[in-house]
Order: sequence, then C-alpha cells, then structure tokens
Amino acid sequence: MILVLIEHDRGSLAPASLEALTAARTFGDAVEALTIGDTADGLAADLEAYGVTVVHQAHDDVLGDYGPEAWGEVVAQAVRALSPAVVLATGTDRGNEVLAQAAARLDLPFAANAIELRGSADADTLDMTRVRWGGSLLEDASLTAPTKLVTVAHHAVDAAPADTPGAATPSLLAVEIDPSLARTVVSGRVEREAGVTLATAPVVVGGGRGVGSADGFAPLQELADELGGVVGCSRAVTNNGWRNHTDQVGQTGTRIAPDVYFACGISGAIQHWVGAMASKHIIAINTDQQANMVTKAGHAVIGDLHEVVPAITAEIRRRKSA
Amino acid sequence: MRICVCVKRVPAPGSKINITADGQQVDTTNLGFTTSPHEECAVEAAAQLVEEHGGEATVLTLGPAEAEEQLRYAISVGMHRGVLLATADGEWDPQRTARALTTAITELEAVDGPFDLILFGNESADAGGFQVGIRVAHALGRPMVNGAKGLSVADGAASVEREADAGRETYSLPLPAVVGVKEGVNLPRYPTMRGRLASKKAEVASNQPSADAGGLAEQVLKSPPERTSQTIVLGTGPDAAPAVVDVLEELGVLS
Ligand SMILES: Cc1cc2nc3c(=O)[nH]c(=O)nc-3n(C[C@H](O)[C@H](O)[C@H](O)COP(=O)(O)OP(=O)(O)OC[C@H]3O[C@@H](n4cnc5c(N)ncnc54)[C@H](O)[C@@H]3O)c2cc1C
Repeated sequence: MILVLIEHDRGSLAPASLEALTAARTFGDAVEALTIGDTADGLAADLEAYGVTVVHQAHDDVLGDYGPEAWGEVVAQAVRALSPAVVLATGTDRGNEVLAQAAARLDLPFAANAIELRGSADADTLDMTRVRWGGSLLEDASLTAPTKLVTVAHHAVDAAPADTPGAATPSLLAVEIDPSLARTVVSGRVEREAGVTLATAPVVVGGGRGVGSADGFAPLQELADELGGVVGCSRAVTNNGWRNHTDQVGQTGTRIAPDVYFACGISGAIQHWVGAMASKHIIAINTDQQANMVTKAGHAVIGDLHEVVPAITAEIRRRKSA
Repeated sequence: MRICVCVKRVPAPGSKINITADGQQVDTTNLGFTTSPHEECAVEAAAQLVEEHGGEATVLTLGPAEAEEQLRYAISVGMHRGVLLATADGEWDPQRTARALTTAITELEAVDGPFDLILFGNESADAGGFQVGIRVAHALGRPMVNGAKGLSVADGAASVEREADAGRETYSLPLPAVVGVKEGVNLPRYPTMRGRLASKKAEVASNQPSADAGGLAEQVLKSPPERTSQTIVLGTGPDAAPAVVDVLEELGVLS
C-alpha cells in the first residue's frame, strides 16, 4: 500500500499534493491518503477522482493548524499502524519538512525530491532519480527501508485524475499526540497582499551584476511596469544589497515561469538558470555574446543594457500611443 | 546566549556542473568552494544574535579536512570558534551525518553547557536532503522549524517567520531550539581585516567522527537534459529595440 500525505492549510487543499497522488499510482498498488486535523475531513471527497481507496483522518487538539513536529508525529504513527510500503508527499516546504520529521521519529531513511521512482513498492530497496543542486544535477539513488519515505519534487509530475476513481472511504486513525508538540504549531500569520508575485508574473525583467547599482534598476522597473510584470534579479545583485532577496531568481531564490523573461546583465550561472528555465521565452540583453544566458536564450540583444532597456520601453510606448 | 551553527562546504560551479568520469562526484577541478548559501545566512544570524544578546557562537561542520576553510571564514564574520568533524571517505548520507553531528553537539554541550540555539541551513546546496537539522533536533529532543526567513530571540523563545502560499507564518519556539534558515533571512556581511586576522589565530578543533550509515545511498550522478536553443540575435545596442518589441507583439504580451 502507498500512503500519500495530503498537504492542506486549515482545510484548503494544497494542489501540489495531487502530484504525489498521481505519482503514487504508478506503483500499481492501492493508494491511500492521510489527512491531518479535522479541518481536512472535507477533503476526502476531492480525493476520489485521484484513485484514493481509503482516507485516514487524524484528529487531535494539537492538529488544528500546521505544526511540523505534530504532523511528523502523525505520519510516524500512521506508518506504525498501517505499515505502508511507501509514504509519498510532494516536495514542498511542508512536504519535505513533515517527512523528515517522520523519518527522524522512525529512525528511517528519507529521500527528498525524487523525479522518477523505479521498481516495486514492496521490494527492500526502492531505486529512484532525485534532484541535487535544486535541479542542476540528478542523482540515481537507492533507499533501503521497510517503509520508504519519499517526496516527489514539486512540478516533476503533472497532476492527473485516475482512470477509475477510488472510494476515498474515510477512516479514523487513532493517534496520540504529546500536547507539548504545540511548541512548533503556527502561532500567527500575516496574509499576503494581493498582486502579482515574482513566481506568478507573466513578465519578469531580471537584472544582474551588469545593472551596476540599486538606482540602475529604475529603467528595468519602468519596462516591467509597461508590460504588467515585475523586476527580478540575480544573487550578485542581492549580495550587493541593490535589491531585496524577495526579487532573487534561482536555486536559493524564487523559481519563475513567466511568458517572457528579460535577463539583463545576467551571465546565466547554473544556479540562476534553474530558477529561470521554466520561462516560456527568454530575451537576454548582454554585452557578452558568449554569456551562458545569451546562448541559452531564444532571443538576444548584444549591447549595454543601460541603453537597450530604455530604448525598448520607449518603443513600446511609441507603439501603444500610435 | 550560546549558539551553534552547522554548515557545509560545497563547490561553487559556474555555468555548468561537471561530473567525474566514474559518475560519483562533481568534478571540482578549477572550482572554488563556498559555504552553502542558506548556512552563510545562518552564520550571519548567529553573529547578529550574539551582538544583540551577548554570548558565544560555535561553527561546526562535517566534511573533508579542507572544510577548515569554511570554518575560518565563518570565524572571520563573527563566530568564536570552529569544530571540524573530518571525514576522509566522501559524502556521508543524511542519517550518518545527523548522528555524527548529534554526538559532537552532545559532547560540546557536556563540556561548556547547552546551546540555546542550534542553526542549520534549510537544505544543503549540493545534496539537498532537507533533513539533517530536523534529525539532529529530534535526537536532542528540541523543537525545530525549517525555512526561517525571519529570526529573533526574546524572553526565552525564538520567533521564526516563514513564507507560505497564503502569506507569512510565525512560530514561537521555547529555547533551547533548533532552526533551519533560508537565504534572505539577512544579508551576510563580508569579513573585515580584523575578522580575517582573528580567524587565522582562532581555535579550530578537529576530530574524526564515527557513525553508522543510513539507508539512502547515492549510486551515480547525471546531468539533466540540457535545453539548447538556437539563439536569434535581434541586433546590437538600442537599435535592436523595434525588433524586440516585434517579438513581444508576436508573443502577445503587449496589451
Ligand atoms: C550554492 C549556490 C547557490 C546559488 N544560488 C543562486 C540563485 O539562487 N540565484 C542566482 O542568481 N545566483 C545564485 N548563485 C550565484 C551564481 O553562481 C552567480 O554567481 C550569479 O548568478 C551571478 O550573477 P550575475 O549573472 O548577475 O553576475 P555575473 O556572473 O558577474 O554576470 C554579469 C553579466 O552581466 C554582463 N554585463 C556587464 N555589464 C553589462 C552591461 N552594461 N550591459 C549588459 N550586460 C552587462 C556581463 O557580460 C555578464 O554576463 C548561487 C551560487 C551558489 C554557489
């Protein structure tokens, strides 16, 4: 049996979880789900389409909101009670955190961010390919354990409903949670302001070391505004204090997937590239024709971004007013 | 307050990551090494907390003998002493690493008293295991939250902020606690001349750890399929602007 951890925020499903459910079906074994906290009981109905046979529901006073230790403890107790061959979650912040917590409690190995799982779930060893370096490098690895704890890298699998829906029969899982684990339950929140974010913007105008200063970003901001987009940057820029880290694209920043990414004065280091490669179209502006960003981009302008960027903005304005 | 920061030495590749012929390692010929970025921020966080609250910070690493370079760098930006768990047999799996770190921390605490705070990076830049800090915290019986984008200490508790789909979440962990931080939590400082000198003289203890291997084993490294593109050069300098805007029109992003 494959047990899939369903991620949710106070009862609203994290769509990323459907990726783990989709991956779970490739084993051909029964797929069961685990929801944590009574706020998630209503999700059972949503899981039928994904082929889930049973939804194990854990209830406890400590489980009213997310807490990594309490959630990890629930997964550990579910493993002891149900002896699944494999436990899957999607490799989000919470997915990786909860399975690591469970693995620590069970003293079992855990593999984060697999993109392919091979072989039978019941074998002693599960072979897989997982990502290193945020996706710049892959690793074939083997995980040997009675229950294999694995996350599936986010976006590695497209979520798809099953050919035959499952019953998704709710089943109460008896858990005993030490009340002291409330110490890591979310204690407060600041809701996000509405608006385009770097991760969801249709256009990103990114600047690198070539921009030269914090003020140098003003023309990039103007171009972004003209196109309904946002400004992004490289780590060289954040390290220099020219932009906030919230604007950083890459392995240790944000992964973007806009329709158009302007990469201005960015060399295209591999750690930047992994954050930008999901862009549909890349236009590189660089003085160096050999720059990695230029050779990987669909379109490029060779030149000084301080001249090229304002010229593009001016041309857009000219056409808009024509 | 007493703080321990656990860091990892990683190579700093440029436009591509090359793999050795046997597929077992990153080919580091001509590469520099650095501290994994999240942990660089963990070091900075520790330096700031000690500046604010007083106390002492220890930087701890498990890795090759050369990782002494990263320990001395951390000392140059505010850590007080370094401890190296020197391995000679390549990369250790996450369970083995966590066991060795737990033993080392327990030994350090037996001598000098408990750490109020142990800091890790959210995940290492190279292996990306997302678990060593969590395992150490559990073994020590301490609360742990990963992914911190904000960290402060007051009244015997660490308050942690982190990003989630719906906004920012806050957590309040009673000390002693363990926190995994993410890049962006602060902007790491550069070493001063005085810091550099201090790091040369500072005490760096070194010993050979031993711990049982865990159940996750690397078999072979591979490069992901590369996206190659026939780049269309639209022109040189500002004269290329109309051609760029033509492309934008074609793509339908000019509304
Ligand atoms: C573990 C790890 C994680 C990392 N994570 C990230 C990450 O998340 N994001 C990230 O971005 N980096 C990351 N990096 C850093 C990365 O390796 C590079 O150092 C960084 O991306 C370089 O930034 P850059 O392209 O702006 O600067 P550079 O590499 O210095 O490139 C500047 C470019 O600008 C061009 N240029 C200069 N002047 C002009 C001009 N006037 N007009 C046009 N072009 C000009 C140059 O030709 C050059 O191509 C990471 C590194 C490590 C080791």
